[in-house]
Amino acid sequence: MTPILEVRELVKVYPKVKAVNGISFAIEAGCCFGLLGPNGAGKTTTIEMIEGIKTPTSGEILYRGQPRTRHFKQEAGIQFQSTALMDFITVEEILRLFASFYPRALPVDAVVEMCDLGEFKNQYATRLSGGQKQRLLLGLALIHDPEIVFLDEPTTGLDPQSRRRFWDLINDIKARGKTVVLTTHYMEEAERLCDRLVIIDHGRIIEQGAPQELLRRHFGHVRVCLDRLTLTPEVEALPEPVSVTAEGVEILSQSVEATLARLIAAGVPLDSLRVRNPTLEDLFIKLTGHQLRE
Amino acid sequence: MKKFLILLRARNAEFYRDRASLTWNLLLPLMLVVGFVFAFSDPRQDLFKVGVYAPAGGADRTALAQLKHIQIVPFDNLDKAISRVQHHQIDLLVAEGDAVRYWVNETSGKGYFVERLLRQEEKRALVKEVVQGREVRYLDWVMPGIISMNMMFGALFGVGYVIVRYRKNGVLKRLQATPVTPLQFICAQVLSRLSILLIIAVIIYAGCALFLDFLMLGSRLTLLLVAALGGLCMIALGLLVASRTESEELASGLLNFATWPMMFLSEVWFSLDGAHPVLKWLAELFPLTHLVTAARAIMVDGATLSEVMHHVTVLGGMTLLFLTLGALLFRWGKD
Repeated sequence: MTPILEVRELVKVYPKVKAVNGISFAIEAGCCFGLLGPNGAGKTTTIEMIEGIKTPTSGEILYRGQPRTRHFKQEAGIQFQSTALMDFITVEEILRLFASFYPRALPVDAVVEMCDLGEFKNQYATRLSGGQKQRLLLGLALIHDPEIVFLDEPTTGLDPQSRRRFWDLINDIKARGKTVVLTTHYMEEAERLCDRLVIIDHGRIIEQGAPQELLRRHFGHVRVCLDRLTLTPEVEALPEPVSVTAEGVEILSQSVEATLARLIAAGVPLDSLRVRNPTLEDLFIKLTGHQLRE
Repeated sequence: MKKFLILLRARNAEFYRDRASLTWNLLLPLMLVVGFVFAFSDPRQDLFKVGVYAPAGGADRTALAQLKHIQIVPFDNLDKAISRVQHHQIDLLVAEGDAVRYWVNETSGKGYFVERLLRQEEKRALVKEVVQGREVRYLDWVMPGIISMNMMFGALFGVGYVIVRYRKNGVLKRLQATPVTPLQFICAQVLSRLSILLIIAVIIYAGCALFLDFLMLGSRLTLLLVAALGGLCMIALGLLVASRTESEELASGLLNFATWPMMFLSEVWFSLDGAHPVLKWLAELFPLTHLVTAARAIMVDGATLSEVMHHVTVLGGMTLLFLTLGALLFRWGKD
């Protein structure tokens, strides 16, 4: 089946930097596809080239197997990382304004309900809080019932509660069969939302696949963690690799049951026991040698 | 104190690191100084203004030209020259010939004295023509200029600055992601601003007419049409300035560069009669000059649309040029 979106050898060169250096990937319809990477990796530049905001230096972008036409903007919904809106226009007015740009649009009331904007629909768009503004921007991206939705770092700057609320909205979009393309530097967000993702650093893809598949491919272990006080000769003598970090003692275990059995047999107190699966951040550090958020 | 100094340093750095706007901020005052020195360095101290109708040249051969402190203003259009005498804009008009004809408005005090000087200095036969007319006060003369100047600022800053701000804060980028075309966006901006400009101009005109008794000899409809065209031309110029600019400081510099020369050389505050030919030529390049001149002709001289057609044509041509260039150069944002 033809991917809904395909990117081939995309390159973007600025006078002093090569922001995107030969990126290729394909996105199946109906999935949530993530671009994960640190700030400055080239995620936003990539997504903006796909959206038609920036012109690629070279490479191809295909929508449903064909080069994008002007029709693409009618089927794509876009939420930018940061954007202002017109002064002295209310939330409802701005939804109606954007709805008028498309031949077919959802009822404004439906979008207000979908994105939970009812409480402040008569307020000026410029006077909203961060979370409220992000929900409005999402509403603008969805107003014309697009087939594919681009979300560029949609939860940056939001508090944890607002972030989780936003994730629920994205899951609702997915549940309606839309394709979502998401850029983020929050690994938890990528793990929760994305069906497939690419990890980008310095303008290149360094790995791609489904989140759990990537973790299984690169990590065969889990981390069993204890307080530093539990570091006894018996713990150090365990057959599994043991390391001491700022958080405490970490034991890389291939089998949690076997490791726990050895710890119990050694009489190690397990009050502070935590079992941590490897995360995408661990993967990123493994692949690049530095963290997602420096 | 430390916080204050650091903030001060940061704000200064913001200013001088913006190379483009720094250049304009330095260049513009220098150009203004040079312009003013050029325009106002004439050491003459003229007490009277005498028009000379001399279509074939030779205005300086008239008897009064030999006297000091009299400004000679040549005319090649007799009706226009006579109108100036009627409205006290010149003190006396002389037409050279075998017998020298002169026109004077007997209600003009300066005209009375210049006539005495002419009778004293001119040896040839004199033929006197008396004209009548209401004195065009400075208020009558300046009113078209003020309304036009207000439209100029409203157009240039209302469109130019707003588009630059939209580009800088991402509003244009958000519109770029929709099916809205640059032409649709530009047309909406232009028509919105034009309607606002005209409404405000009408309110100012009506308000001033209520409290001040200024001359309005021509058709109000003609004046409105000329105002609409002039406003459209200014808006198009603002659009051109804003077509690619991303920096608000640079936009401000460019807009000031456009407005200040017009404010002083488009005959808003004072006439350029007798000014250096280079200044007059430069003034002809400004849309505000044509708007002010046409509006003044309609209000003060009762000119009809056909009589101001030259200015209407120039404004129309400039509008077309600015709109075309502005539309071709327009960018939603940096690529």
